[in-house]
Amino acid sequence: MNKVALVSKVSLDEKRAESLMSSIDTERVRETAAPPSAAGAKVQSPPGSFASAARHLVERVGKALEGALPTAVLLAMLLGAWQLACSEPGASLPPPSKVISDTWPLIAHPFYVGNGTDQGLGWQILASLRRVAMGFGLAAVAGISLGVLIGHSKVAFRALDPMVQVLRMVPPLAWLPLSLATFHQANPSAVFVIFITAIWPIVLNTAVGVSNIPQNYRNIAKVLQLTGPEYFFKIMLPATVPYMFTGLRIGIGMSWIAIIASETLIGGVGIGFFIWDAWNSSLMSEIIIALVYVGLVGFALDRLIGAIGRLISRTAGAR
Amino acid sequence: MTLKHLSIESVGVSFPTRDGTFTALRDINLTIAQGEFVAMIGHSGCGKSTLLNVIAGLVEATTGAVLLDGKVVDSPGADRAVVFQDHSLLPWLSVYDNVRLAVDKVSGKSRTRAERHTWTMHNLDLVDMAHAKDKRPHEISGGMKQRVGIARALSMEPRILLLDEPFGALDALTRATLQDKVMNIHATLKNTVVMITHDIDEAVLLGDRIIMMTNGPAATIGQDLTVGLPRPRVRLETANDPAYLTARSEVMRFLYDRFQHPKEAA
Ligand SMILES: Nc1ncnc2c1ncn2[C@@H]1O[C@H](COP(=O)(O)OP(=O)(O)O)[C@@H](O)[C@H]1O
Ligand SMILES: [Mg+2]
Repeated sequence: MNKVALVSKVSLDEKRAESLMSSIDTERVRETAAPPSAAGAKVQSPPGSFASAARHLVERVGKALEGALPTAVLLAMLLGAWQLACSEPGASLPPPSKVISDTWPLIAHPFYVGNGTDQGLGWQILASLRRVAMGFGLAAVAGISLGVLIGHSKVAFRALDPMVQVLRMVPPLAWLPLSLATFHQANPSAVFVIFITAIWPIVLNTAVGVSNIPQNYRNIAKVLQLTGPEYFFKIMLPATVPYMFTGLRIGIGMSWIAIIASETLIGGVGIGFFIWDAWNSSLMSEIIIALVYVGLVGFALDRLIGAIGRLISRTAGAR
Repeated sequence: MTLKHLSIESVGVSFPTRDGTFTALRDINLTIAQGEFVAMIGHSGCGKSTLLNVIAGLVEATTGAVLLDGKVVDSPGADRAVVFQDHSLLPWLSVYDNVRLAVDKVSGKSRTRAERHTWTMHNLDLVDMAHAKDKRPHEISGGMKQRVGIARALSMEPRILLLDEPFGALDALTRATLQDKVMNIHATLKNTVVMITHDIDEAVLLGDRIIMMTNGPAATIGQDLTVGLPRPRVRLETANDPAYLTARSEVMRFLYDRFQHPKEAA
């Protein structure tokens, strides 16, 4: 299992978090009758009773608010402190109130269409997202295939693992010159940078997942004499899905970071260049609002992949 | 009834390890008749699972061979179904689908869809698990999981049922219930069973014969004891039968006197 130790360092924490996702890990030998499942618990209140449904909803909203309260309080305090610190004339950063008033046209008209790179923030983000979608999609397909190969075959592992370990240490932006020289165009270069950034965590986590398939599952496959494709779809894929999605989730986050950085260098429409452009025009408020959007979109991407992963591992293998 | 249903002939198993070859088993000779229930007992690490895996075809014998009805066993197959100690169910499949996977694979050609469904349910019924057919493995208890594992193995209509410490992780009460279940199934289906256990009472109550293994490395069969208890065996009555007590003390003498656990002996 030293193979696993080698490749899994990057993502150990994520994996621990993700392990909740997989029923494999939560399985435990219990002798007493199993407690009611989550689904079972939900139907305990009389079905169709409006009052109980409403009470349930109120409870849930209450819980959610309770959970968000500390964050909201802290945020308000930070914004307050910022406001106080930067309201003197001549402060190097605008206070939050000025950020909002300066950028109100940008916030209010996200899909404004102007000339050249003068587009609404919505368009800028969409342009960046399109690049991420292409690069990340390619990385997912190639990364999962390569990961399955490395995890499944000892020869492939020995041949590819050293290369993967070295290549994954190259920072995304370092690929950009090479990429520009190869593709001669901004857009494919940016897509390639996303691809090369996102692929490594996907490869490594998939490989760990595949090489961690319990011996028992492999033995069952042998006793049942499953064919290659049957083994792939019925055992390997469902057993590896949580690992794959750990990789995909790390990958999407890194892609988002990389696209912002590479856009600042290649220009064109995109939220990264928007930030750079704003810096060149000393528009601090625009930079700040763009940063907020970048963070929120990245967060949404991460949650989206996480949710898809949960959905798939819940239904994987079901006929 | 062929006398030589399963025969293990001069089987030895060595594993290549970092510090040279490790010989786990040597000179195993054993003949098992059709319908016989063989219990295998020995201290942990002596090589019981390895021997079972050789019979299953999951581990290759370094020397010697295993013959099933005169044919050499060299790969796993559905005619030798295995029930593993734990984690034997695929967690992403329901109880029904775990069994159905085996049914589809083993009798996909010989049975229609409807027949395969009926057969799946029949085997779940055998172990009283039909009521939980839509549950996932993590939603049922350890004893229930083992029952589903047994149902899956039975559904393959194996010539030999191989059980690797199937009840090792269970509490005494559940274990007793499942032992009775296995005895009933064996009485009904009359299949050949090889069961590993580390529980002396389990070995005596269930086995027609008890194979006692010496300590490893290079373990082999130390004693082959025939249990002279008539069937059907009833737990409470059998427990006071002189034959039961004789067999029991014989196994105890073997395990705790002649072949003490290596650690305890030191
Ligand atoms: N694949 C393997 N490689 C090296 N040694 C092994 C392997 N499988 C089992 N062994 C060794 O063989 C011995 C017997 O193991 P096992 O059959 O699992 O024992 P038991 O089931 O009786 O507890 C142990 O010492 C174990 O470490
Ligand atoms: Mg064992």
